[in-house]
Amino acid sequence: MATVEIPEDMELVYKYPESLTERHTHYCPGCTHGIIHRLIAEVIDELGVRERTIGIAPVGCSVLAYYYFNMDFAEAAHGRAPAMATGIKRVSPGKVVFTYQGDGDLAAIGTAEIIHAANRGELITTIFVNNAIYGMTGGQMAPTTLPGQVTTSSPMGRDVETAGWPIRMAELIATLPGAAYVTRQAVFDVPGIRRTKKAIKLAFQTQLAGLGFSMVEVLSTCNTNWHMGPVEALEWAKQHMVDYYPLGDTKVIDEVKALAKGRK
Amino acid sequence: MAKGMVIIDEDRCKGCGLCVSVCPVHILRLAEGRFNAKGYRPVEVTDPEACTGCAMCATICPDVVFTVYRRRRQPRQAAATA
Amino acid sequence: MAKELWEGNAALAEAAIRAGVEAFFGYPITPQTEVLEHFSKRMPELGRVFLQAESEVAAINMVYGAACAGARVMTSSSSPGVSLMQEGFSYIACSEVPAVVTNIMRGGPGLGNVQPAQGDYFQAVKSAGHGDFHMIVLAPANVQELIDLTVLAFDLAEKYRTLAMIVADGSIGQMMEPAEMPPMRPVRPPEERPDWALTGAKGRDPNIITSLYLGAENLERVNLRLQAKLKKIAANEVRWKEYSTEDADLLLVAYGTVGRICQTVVREARRAGMKVGLLRPITLWPFPSKRIAELAEQVRGILTVEMNAGQMVEDVRLAVEGRCTVRFYGRMGGVIPLPDEILPELEKLDAECR
Repeated sequence: MATVEIPEDMELVYKYPESLTERHTHYCPGCTHGIIHRLIAEVIDELGVRERTIGIAPVGCSVLAYYYFNMDFAEAAHGRAPAMATGIKRVSPGKVVFTYQGDGDLAAIGTAEIIHAANRGELITTIFVNNAIYGMTGGQMAPTTLPGQVTTSSPMGRDVETAGWPIRMAELIATLPGAAYVTRQAVFDVPGIRRTKKAIKLAFQTQLAGLGFSMVEVLSTCNTNWHMGPVEALEWAKQHMVDYYPLGDTKVIDEVKALAKGRK
Repeated sequence: MAKGMVIIDEDRCKGCGLCVSVCPVHILRLAEGRFNAKGYRPVEVTDPEACTGCAMCATICPDVVFTVYRRRRQPRQAAATA
Repeated sequence: MAKELWEGNAALAEAAIRAGVEAFFGYPITPQTEVLEHFSKRMPELGRVFLQAESEVAAINMVYGAACAGARVMTSSSSPGVSLMQEGFSYIACSEVPAVVTNIMRGGPGLGNVQPAQGDYFQAVKSAGHGDFHMIVLAPANVQELIDLTVLAFDLAEKYRTLAMIVADGSIGQMMEPAEMPPMRPVRPPEERPDWALTGAKGRDPNIITSLYLGAENLERVNLRLQAKLKKIAANEVRWKEYSTEDADLLLVAYGTVGRICQTVVREARRAGMKVGLLRPITLWPFPSKRIAELAEQVRGILTVEMNAGQMVEDVRLAVEGRCTVRFYGRMGGVIPLPDEILPELEKLDAECR
């Protein structure tokens, strides 16, 4: 990059997070995984915990997340990240442990693992990326695919009579006593991205304060497998996903509320 | 004098155009007839003087292409109206 | 330390504790539930980690996680539960983190029953999970050996950064025998965890533990490294016991519970004037092929006795390579072969290769 002179009265307001490596991601142009990775990295930077954070990557498009986060990382079997995180956290209670999981990973094959990790109140944080489709395998129906949504394995649109209904994980996890903070956010526009970052920060703070399990469901896009342009995909998601997956907190215990207030 | 300034790491850009769609002063576009090392049309600034340093481009960019600077506010006249 | 009366399953758990296990993750299944129960009481007493997982799938992945964090860790199960763990075995093997697992085998296939059996030999030795790998497989024949091999399993798992499995069955797991426990080893403090472990990238580059290698040549390199390690294990860690083989002209090969029964068979056959010896493999992988090949030059015939339809006998045949006659006798479904049914098989073999 050419050196650019920065006028003295300019202050840096956005810089590359230390918690990301410099490696370019393999994600498609416009894929919101990149945004979510960056938000996590910014939060870890702000909390100053990079050197004691251990991440767990899922199976799915973000299987290579460990290349992009500048911290210790493990790659789990499909759906098993919460079990692996449990193992790591139980023997390393001073560390910050998070899983990064997609909808197939968390809401289909790994349903048992996420529910029980949440129910035990494991002191881990889960970032759950819901884009209503299986990205890596090329656009098949996910547990979160919307009714009527066309995918390569629901070519006539998801028929809820045979394929069942999309699963609302944030609401489901919120019913579990071990969950301290559960929320659903979306990265469909700049204000949404800012709210998502705040939520991710609160989720990590919940873990740091030892209050219980925390999860941020992030509504996301997959423009490639939705067969749209990146900008169009954000619009489509706003119009179609939020109706079925309402945004906002589904569980905030009082101690987390106090935490949220206290940080202002 | 521009209120803000962005530095674009061109080779990280995948030309997705999300930044273009959110820039409130409409000074971003994808380059015409020019490609970066990855083969994408990278984002470029059409009118640097209009940049406000709001960082919305950086906020929505999935590929951490932008570094953003903003001009410091002039310190207020101390207690001028007090 | 003096001998005490120990039940096999509890002894296994206590031996692991003495070996410095920091965490146990498991799921109840007969006939090994006493392992889990012993841990559930002792680990909290000692300030160590015990967690009853939601499934064997979760348990092995908790083990995988704790192993990645550099802790000494184990799980225990029985046949159907071990099948569920196979996914994790494969990831652990490729990631090269150390872990100890046990299979207190029961009758199969399917839900089968809870009687002692050895139907999981192939699974343990040849097909522990998808891809090319082996676990170290240790087969005790009594409670003392169960204790000693449990301690050894941790040492081997860590030495080679691999999986070590103890295979036994309910008759060893649930029998009580006098046995001596090893002294309590100190638990390795967290700050002494291995340098490859996930401990937080403080003052160093991040550690990544993965079993994903997208390039064919990269993955082949990983496989070549794994195979080189397995070769080293095969060269260094073969263990077995021999009984009356010095002058034997007939040989029994059997392991675990039926290996122990075959010690009685040797005595009875000798009384009947037959020169019978016994080779009892202690490591099922690596298999004592070389020693069996040597003995095949000495004896007229080999009878392999198993509590299955004939699994280890294939490895015996591979070792023997036609040097002598190899026959098999086995019972299935949890039926234990007894001396008075094994002896006639020996007599048949004797007559056949006279």
